[in-house]
Amino acid sequence: MSDVAAKVKAIIVDKLGVDESEVTNEASFTNDLGADSLDTVELIMEFEKEFDLAIPDDQAEKISTVGEAIAHIEEAVK
Amino acid sequence: MELKRVVITGVGTVNPLGNSVNEYWDNLQKGVSGATPISKFDASKYKTQFACEVKNFDVEQYMERKEARKYDLYTHYALATATQAMTDSGLDMERIDHDRAGVIWGAGIGGLQTFFEETRSFREDNPRFSPFFIPKMIANMAGGLISIRYRFRGPNFTTVTACASASHAIIEAFNMIRLGRAELMITGGSEAAVNEAGVAGFNSMRAISTRNDDPKTASRPFDKDRDGFVIGEGSAAFILEEYESAKKRGAHIYAEIVGGGMSSDAFHMTAPDPEGRGAELVMKWAIEDAGLKPEDVDYINVHGTSTPLGDIAEPKAIIKMFGEHAYKLSISSTKSMTGHLLGAAGAVEGLASVLAIKNSLIPPTINHFTDDPEIDNRLDFTFNVAKQKNVNIAISNTFGFGGHNATLVFKKL
Repeated sequence: MSDVAAKVKAIIVDKLGVDESEVTNEASFTNDLGADSLDTVELIMEFEKEFDLAIPDDQAEKISTVGEAIAHIEEAVK
Repeated sequence: MELKRVVITGVGTVNPLGNSVNEYWDNLQKGVSGATPISKFDASKYKTQFACEVKNFDVEQYMERKEARKYDLYTHYALATATQAMTDSGLDMERIDHDRAGVIWGAGIGGLQTFFEETRSFREDNPRFSPFFIPKMIANMAGGLISIRYRFRGPNFTTVTACASASHAIIEAFNMIRLGRAELMITGGSEAAVNEAGVAGFNSMRAISTRNDDPKTASRPFDKDRDGFVIGEGSAAFILEEYESAKKRGAHIYAEIVGGGMSSDAFHMTAPDPEGRGAELVMKWAIEDAGLKPEDVDYINVHGTSTPLGDIAEPKAIIKMFGEHAYKLSISSTKSMTGHLLGAAGAVEGLASVLAIKNSLIPPTINHFTDDPEIDNRLDFTFNVAKQKNVNIAISNTFGFGGHNATLVFKKL
């Protein structure tokens, strides 16, 4: 697992209070991990803080799974 | 229209004297002070370095950690006490008409800790707030979340009248059932303002005691050397039911609520009317509302905050309201032990009044050392030691900044 992936998963475990084993790349924040709309916004904000980047709203809306978040951040921090 | 009778069938509390009703009552009758040095933040630079904090509160007894994270502490206290009260009531969730069950809650400030933390990290070059900032902070969220927990779809609102908030909430919940608009209500209040903003804010107003060398005697209502209130935190909750249906299901009934009074000082933002006119009026309306005579009152749980002005005005109002009977009834300020729970005061003190009825015991006003010549000490303030007494009618006074006054009337059943 990449460094980015490990950090993203740790944030999700902490913020959503889910078990690490549930946080697979395919897992959807809302459908699988029990996040509501506010949780999703908070997750994006935590990613921005952790990786010191800005994720514009139109891009944030496209991030709905763990894998999509990791891919977006890896691309952005390259 | 015939008014329905309203009874209390469940209670719960988390406050500086204990995290259950039994622990609370035990410490109230023993005359224990809840004041300790502040543990929630480093208060060494503050004028006041102590408070009546809630101790050993475990939020995870009442909700999962991930849920707790989204709510302010004042909401944690609210959900904890509402849950205790619902359990205590023994109500069968399957048999409740959820459309006719509601919540009216009181909070004087709301999520002050959330507001302070979020604004502290504000940056002008990147103005961002957590998506939970607003819902965590707003003062009505505790009431909203209680209704979500129990799926109560009836009336739901929050009263915000500073230190009278919970009393206004309880009166309105009582009215909902009395008027036939609901069958079951959860009511009470919660507050969690023992933080940097709360302590420094009240310090600037010179409202709170600075007796840092002796916190346990700092809350000394009606004592000559009182120097302000001691800030407290916590919550109390009540389950109110219509009397006939409570009786039918064999509910344990603590007491009946028989009246509520409201008035305004219409005088000053924070200072009480020195003649206590608003205080006299609120007791008058409450007793009239209950269909009682002043002579029927056995016990007054007074507002008595340990502030220089307030503790002079309230006894004056009592003497004007009750005449000679003022010297026969029992008075006590349980704030001498709990500190001042602000918006939750009416709930924890209402609970103290109900427990006084139930146990035939007047909890004391502790920390009395020296009589104040400006206060008529022929009044029986139950100084220092609890007193056994049959209590048929107890009233509980609360007065809030803004001049809001509310008085509750409880009756033995």
